[in-house]
Amino acid sequence: MSIKLNALFSDSYVDVSQYRDQHFKGNRYEQEKLLKQANTLYVGNLSFYTTEEQVYELFSKSGDVKRIIIGLDKVKKTACGFCFVEYYTRTDAENAMRFVNGTRLDDRIIRTDWDAGFKEGRQYGRGKSGGQVRDEYRQDYDPARGGYGKLAQLQRPPEGRNSF
Amino acid sequence: MSRRRHSDGDDGGQSHKRRRTSEPIEIEDRLESLICRVGEKSTSSLESNLEGLAGVLEADLPNYKNKILRILCAVARLLPEKLTVYTTLVGLLNARNYNFGGEFVEAMIRQLKETLKANLYTEALYLVRFLCDLVNCHVIAAPSMVAMFENFVSVTQEEDVPQVRSDWFVYVVLSSLPWVGKELYEKKDVEMDRLLNQIDGYLKRRLKTHVSMLQVWTAEKPHPQEEYLDCLWAQIQKLKKDRWQERHILRPYIAFDSVLCEALQHNLPPFTPPAHMPDCQYPVPRVIFRMFDYTDAPEGPVMPGSHSVERFVIEDNLHNIIKSHWKERKTCAAQLLSYPGKNKIPLNYHIVEVIFGELFQLPCPPHIDVMYTTLLIELCKLQPGSLPQVLAQATEMMYMRLDTMNTTCIDRLLNWFSHHLSNFQFRWSWDDWTDCLALDADKPKPKFVKEVLEKCMRLSYHQRIVDIVPPTFTALIPADPIFFYKYQDEANSALPGYAVAITVGNAIKNRASNEEILTVLKDVPNPNQEDDDDEGEGFNPLKIEVFLQTLLHLAAKSFSHSFSALAKFHEILKVLTDCDEGKLHILRVVYEVWRNHPQMISVLVDKLIRTQIVDCAAVANWLFSPSMAHEFTRFYVWEILHSTIRKMNKHVQKIQKELEEAKDKLERQQHKKKDSGDEEDMEKNSEDEDGQLEEQIERLQEKVESAQSEQKNLFLVIFQRFIMMLTEHLVRCETGSVDFSTPWYKNCIERLQQIFLMHHVTIQQYMGTLENLLFTAELDHHILAVYQQFCALQL
Repeated sequence: MSIKLNALFSDSYVDVSQYRDQHFKGNRYEQEKLLKQANTLYVGNLSFYTTEEQVYELFSKSGDVKRIIIGLDKVKKTACGFCFVEYYTRTDAENAMRFVNGTRLDDRIIRTDWDAGFKEGRQYGRGKSGGQVRDEYRQDYDPARGGYGKLAQLQRPPEGRNSF
Repeated sequence: MSRRRHSDGDDGGQSHKRRRTSEPIEIEDRLESLICRVGEKSTSSLESNLEGLAGVLEADLPNYKNKILRILCAVARLLPEKLTVYTTLVGLLNARNYNFGGEFVEAMIRQLKETLKANLYTEALYLVRFLCDLVNCHVIAAPSMVAMFENFVSVTQEEDVPQVRSDWFVYVVLSSLPWVGKELYEKKDVEMDRLLNQIDGYLKRRLKTHVSMLQVWTAEKPHPQEEYLDCLWAQIQKLKKDRWQERHILRPYIAFDSVLCEALQHNLPPFTPPAHMPDCQYPVPRVIFRMFDYTDAPEGPVMPGSHSVERFVIEDNLHNIIKSHWKERKTCAAQLLSYPGKNKIPLNYHIVEVIFGELFQLPCPPHIDVMYTTLLIELCKLQPGSLPQVLAQATEMMYMRLDTMNTTCIDRLLNWFSHHLSNFQFRWSWDDWTDCLALDADKPKPKFVKEVLEKCMRLSYHQRIVDIVPPTFTALIPADPIFFYKYQDEANSALPGYAVAITVGNAIKNRASNEEILTVLKDVPNPNQEDDDDEGEGFNPLKIEVFLQTLLHLAAKSFSHSFSALAKFHEILKVLTDCDEGKLHILRVVYEVWRNHPQMISVLVDKLIRTQIVDCAAVANWLFSPSMAHEFTRFYVWEILHSTIRKMNKHVQKIQKELEEAKDKLERQQHKKKDSGDEEDMEKNSEDEDGQLEEQIERLQEKVESAQSEQKNLFLVIFQRFIMMLTEHLVRCETGSVDFSTPWYKNCIERLQQIFLMHHVTIQQYMGTLENLLFTAELDHHILAVYQQFCALQL
């Protein structure tokens, strides 16, 4: 009786994305396997000021959150705009991918993606300056993410030198 | 010939194997795709697409008949919103190939039997409706359809069956009539009249105890919340009065009438409804959610009346679209907005009404709550010029009617509204709601606004809320979520335990061991003891207070800090809270320090349960205790209680699953022993293994029983507390000759209902105990009524 009509009932929000963690210890196949079973999500495009409490409240809407690990600047040890959210069950994580991904937190559209699992060290940004890589090179001004990108900050003339 | 699919893990070097086996699979996929997509947006007309597809399928029948049969049966079952498209297709195929038509009907009947056996009543409903529409397509002879209906309606004569069983069979007949009523009446009006009379009689005598528990609003105005069968009956009556003229349903088969009427029809085989079995789970009764009528959509097309059959068909289709596409919000929104015939109806209003109808459905929404929030956001994106206004209008209407809205629905409304606002910079015309400021804080409107603002704060931060509301709303702004430390400064040095608190604080900061800290705590006097006849090992509330206040104070920075603190000092906490009073006190301390930060209280209680420092019953007792009476109507209290019940349920399920797995493993092992040869060594090893497994199973069995006992106890505690509180209130009001129906009472009685509704699956197991111990005839009838309504749901 049951054929599933694959042509029709897709569930694309739950699909694994193209991103692969370059620091992952293992091969591509192993990483994909973990991603397909994962209960952990990477959450990106957070404001630096977004708190663990806010993340908890939002992500609890798809199920009980086991833990949240706020991403930190490797040098300053302050929040640098991403986090990991781990659920007790895969189903709850899937619902977050379907219904929380692409909506707003702190007025910013956040993005969630499957994560192979938190390991010590992964809570740090991998950009040269200590934050996330994307904040190294971006050219726009984003007050919630430290203003200009790090490279752009170095290139811009420093403020206030001409006052006297 | 291997039909294995090319797996993702392969390196692609196996393509030579693919070539031989892929063609049939490719063609089958293509057939599935063609059939599934017919009726979607296309450059050609629907009629020419159907004609073309019928030709293709006819040509493929010799080789792919079974596949085509299975796909068509599946779309009949799973895509009711495209019913008439597919019945037309089957009609065309039947006209070209009579045998195929016959085989299809047989396959459908087989499927119908299977779905009924598998408790898939919704799918069975769609199958019957499909068969009905096949009458319109000249595939099935009308008299045989009437005969099937007669068998369905005869279920109403059965004795000793649940009402929901006969309800379903009546619903199937009535809900098919919009499609096929006209045709059946033209051919067999005497029989149909008899059927409808029988149904009328049944509807008049059936019980409707369940209705008030399922209504979103208790008020009759502006829109009565009707029982679903009553509403449908009224709609069918009206349709009959209109001589079965139904103009809303899209009927592609009309265009093919000349072809179809040449076709030979098949007779449905006589179909006896399967007998009732104890494990049958019929659909639960419903109340039809209505919030709009034609006066609410002032411009544009008129909204069909509540008793028009058009309203039924539109709502049915919109529900089905959501059911098909809820996982894909963009597709779902697009499909809703491209509803065929949308130009003749105020589609946005229908969509908003259907979505809120699902969100507020009792006992539970069909899908997870957050889906509806995101779907509405998606709809706003696609219709930015019109949908947000309808949504605002709906919100305003629901605010106006809060006084009679069911508490559970208010919960869902405020969750939705706060989450929605957080996606739109919290923009709202708060000034429109200044009327709530003049009311008592415990009335529904100011309460609602307060809870909404609290939820908004959780998604942002305190200052943001201060900024978004007018200054007049200050009284409703949530408290600043600060920590209250009893031993904060020297002004408190007179408090007992102050000195130890300082010492403990320093010890923690200096990373003292658990033993060292326990030694420090020994100095805390026990206010419960008269002499020092004890070693001080019993319950010492002051010790708990001193330690926990200090610990949580040091860890107040974030959730993670607090969780680490609880984990690090788990041992100490276990020692301090070894008895029930200790567990209760730890919860009281958590409340004392974090009473301005309900979210923190929630997550700490969650952690305390998960780390087994407190048990679920302790949490229930604490929430119902006099010390929490002033918080009893706050939303977060019920969040905590329901979360606690859910944790208990999941715990039981987890151990049951482990037990099942262990049993399966033993069974498999024993099978293997039988199948393999008789070697002495193997037997000895497997005996040991079996022995171990059997021991494990015994242990798990005990664990399951113990967990179930804990679960039953939790519900007993909760219900007992409710009964005590409500009885006290009712007695007090009666002796004082005061109206018992205060806002507090409404909240309390509806929270009791909520326990039944939200956890009905689990509570079912304990009905016997509940009825014998708690919900007896001696109970005040107001309280007993809740229990009786719940039983009437036959969940």
